[in-house]
Amino acid sequence: MKILVCISQVPDTSTKIILKDNDTAINSQGTTWVINPYDEWYALIRALELKETGVASDVHLVTVGKADVEPVIRKALALGGDEAIRIDADSNDPFQTASYIADYAKSVGYDLVLVGKESIDYNNGSVGTMLAELLDADYIGFANKIQIEGSNAVVTREIEGGEETDSAALPIVISCQKGVAEARIPNMRGIMAARTKPLKVVAPATIASVTEILSYELPPAKAGIKLVSPDDMDALVELLHSEAKVI
Amino acid sequence: MNATEKASAIKGGEFLIRDTPAESIFIPEEWNEEQLMIAQTCTDFLAQNVVPNLNRIDEQEEGLMQHLMEEAGQLGLLSISIPEEYGGFGKDFKTSMLVTEKLGAGNSFSVAFSAHTGIGTLPILYYGTEEQKAKYIPKLASGEWKGCYCLTEPGAGSDANSGKSRARLSEDGKHYLITGQKMWITNAGFADVFTVFAKIDDDENLSAFIVEKGFEGLSLNTEEHKMGIKGSSTRQVFFNDCKVPVENLLSERQNGFKIAVNILNLGRIKLGGATLGAGKEIINYSVRYANEREQFGRPISKYGAIRYKIAQQVIRTYASESAIYRAGQNMEEATEHMIAEGMDPIKAKLKGTEQYAIEAAIIKVDASETLDYVVDEGVQIYGGMGYSAEAPMDRAYRDSRINRIFEGTNEINRMLTVDMMLKRAMKGELNLMGPAEKVAKELMSIPDFGAAEEETLFSKEKKYIANFKKAVLMVAGAAVQKLMMQLGKEQEVLMSLADMLIELYVAESLQLRVEKLVSMRGEQEAAIQLDIMRVFINDAAEKIMKSGKEALNAFAEGDERRMMMMGLRRYTKTEDINTTQARRNIAAKVIEENKYCF
Repeated sequence: MKILVCISQVPDTSTKIILKDNDTAINSQGTTWVINPYDEWYALIRALELKETGVASDVHLVTVGKADVEPVIRKALALGGDEAIRIDADSNDPFQTASYIADYAKSVGYDLVLVGKESIDYNNGSVGTMLAELLDADYIGFANKIQIEGSNAVVTREIEGGEETDSAALPIVISCQKGVAEARIPNMRGIMAARTKPLKVVAPATIASVTEILSYELPPAKAGIKLVSPDDMDALVELLHSEAKVI
Repeated sequence: MNATEKASAIKGGEFLIRDTPAESIFIPEEWNEEQLMIAQTCTDFLAQNVVPNLNRIDEQEEGLMQHLMEEAGQLGLLSISIPEEYGGFGKDFKTSMLVTEKLGAGNSFSVAFSAHTGIGTLPILYYGTEEQKAKYIPKLASGEWKGCYCLTEPGAGSDANSGKSRARLSEDGKHYLITGQKMWITNAGFADVFTVFAKIDDDENLSAFIVEKGFEGLSLNTEEHKMGIKGSSTRQVFFNDCKVPVENLLSERQNGFKIAVNILNLGRIKLGGATLGAGKEIINYSVRYANEREQFGRPISKYGAIRYKIAQQVIRTYASESAIYRAGQNMEEATEHMIAEGMDPIKAKLKGTEQYAIEAAIIKVDASETLDYVVDEGVQIYGGMGYSAEAPMDRAYRDSRINRIFEGTNEINRMLTVDMMLKRAMKGELNLMGPAEKVAKELMSIPDFGAAEEETLFSKEKKYIANFKKAVLMVAGAAVQKLMMQLGKEQEVLMSLADMLIELYVAESLQLRVEKLVSMRGEQEAAIQLDIMRVFINDAAEKIMKSGKEALNAFAEGDERRMMMMGLRRYTKTEDINTTQARRNIAAKVIEENKYCF
């Protein structure tokens, strides 16, 4: 069984976001980049577990990005995986990203594609579903447990008030969240092996972006706390109405 | 670096009389992708396994520290620079320093880690026979066995060779029987392998032995109650005719003291690395707290008094780091050079480290005192919370203090710095006399008022550092001439001389680092680092002046004293700069980033 894990590079959560070019782009200078936690902690580690237990034969990692994402993809390789593929394109359009990956995935033929439930930068959470559609495969989202039984994936996911367990035939795309696996720390052996593992760079298919980012806006700065005397409820109501705009 | 350049590479202690080209030093801004990944593994390990358990560690919960060591071993962190044939990763010295630095932020765990990988493992790796190495190193490298080092005794601390522990051969000649008492033994409570120093019969010098936990006659006292590093196991170890097979003698008879000294050289620079990592983490805590804590309606990071403290924490830490990795690179290059010339790699490693023993002693003192400064101001930034055991500063403050005591007290290391420098001069390895005489001659001549040299970005600082060297040569030269054989007994003078050397070495390392950084990234990108350099060198001039004055006043008199004081003022003169603005710039950067960001 061949598994493809989709890896996305995202800014570390402590990074201070600075906008540039009239708020149409993000200044990435000085940004610390990490693997999207949902991709790393859950999708990748579960894929590695399936290989370690003999269920999977190959684990491939794929990312869409220019050469500057290589340190992050090599970190993913340090955790495990047999080879990585970098689709040489810059995109933050989910359809374009999914199409690039689908184009490559079709050429290899994977039984299982794992993605994080969303990336923590744009939070679209849509590459997985689009990818399933483009690959003509089933899709199960927000998995917190994944087992492979014969030619089926048995997936547990949280639903309102409980859990449901689904079974679907391979090939399948599954998006992963907490519970699927336990995060690991890359060990020395993995880090050293990552250097010699294949990192293939492939040209992107010709697919246009279907969305355009017009501008970015930072969330409003946290305002200071205003203390209102308990005897002055009118002042509180006025503040809630005119400043907080909640009533 | 080619062979000719190697031959001309700066020797240990030579920084006093020779300039170093900036491009030849290693700076931490040059870590490669793999090294950064290893560093991240260390940071993640601390964040996930150590930091959430700091209270349990300090309570010495049964088995916890051993378990953490084993987990570190599984990640490969205990065997970074152990040769591959013994189960290690054979990484270079700088990478092992980086791991020590990153894990240095782990409080008591850091102490257990450093003791195990340093004094617990290296004596066997460096001095063991093939059989000894094959038996012990792979298990120490994996963490299956833990190591410790038994040198200090109740009556033999700084004067280590005066220990009373004795070993005698058993009647059948198959065992050494060791009797004695060792104290302050880090990791003793859970160690499996003990490197023990004792004198055989009436030998003048110590010998070293590999002792296993299960050997008959070895017993442990209860845990010591300490001011800090409470989670680190520290016990007395008793040997009562402890039966050690003769094949467990480490190296040759009476070679123990040499082993102890050489391992300490490495331990000293490694201690610098560990304190550096702890210091950076304390700055992170300090900045975050200052940004969160509000008083008079604003975060306290907006106030100049707090900004000054944050800036000083950063300046001293960045400067200290520059010296640590400069010396680390020197050791590594010297080792590689000797290996290339055909020396056995392990011998080369020892020789390479020994070559820079002066720098290692300087770093031990500077880095431990820098951390003490950083944690002290950390407590102050936290204010009342700094004094609370609920906040991280309480533990950091107590844990920091030991660093000025172990691996040779800072007083012993200060004396060693000067002593080694003078001994090398006497042996003809360092030509201090020539340059010292030149300075003495210069003193008698009319001062050079600086016939308009072309001003470059670093020309002023380079001139200041050249002058600092003259100041040290002048005071040290005069001290040797005046006090001669008495100098060794004038410890106050030795302390002052050491302080001058330390300031000089760190200031020069910092200047070279920033110069190299500017060549890599441009002046604009290195603006804050330029501020760091300018403030540090400004302050170093005053410290060198103060120490020089104190030393001169101790032994010089009359016209000679007046002339040398004038010289000292001349050699420590710097142009006035607005250090307040520079510190504000430095603080503003880390406050904006909310962390130590260099």
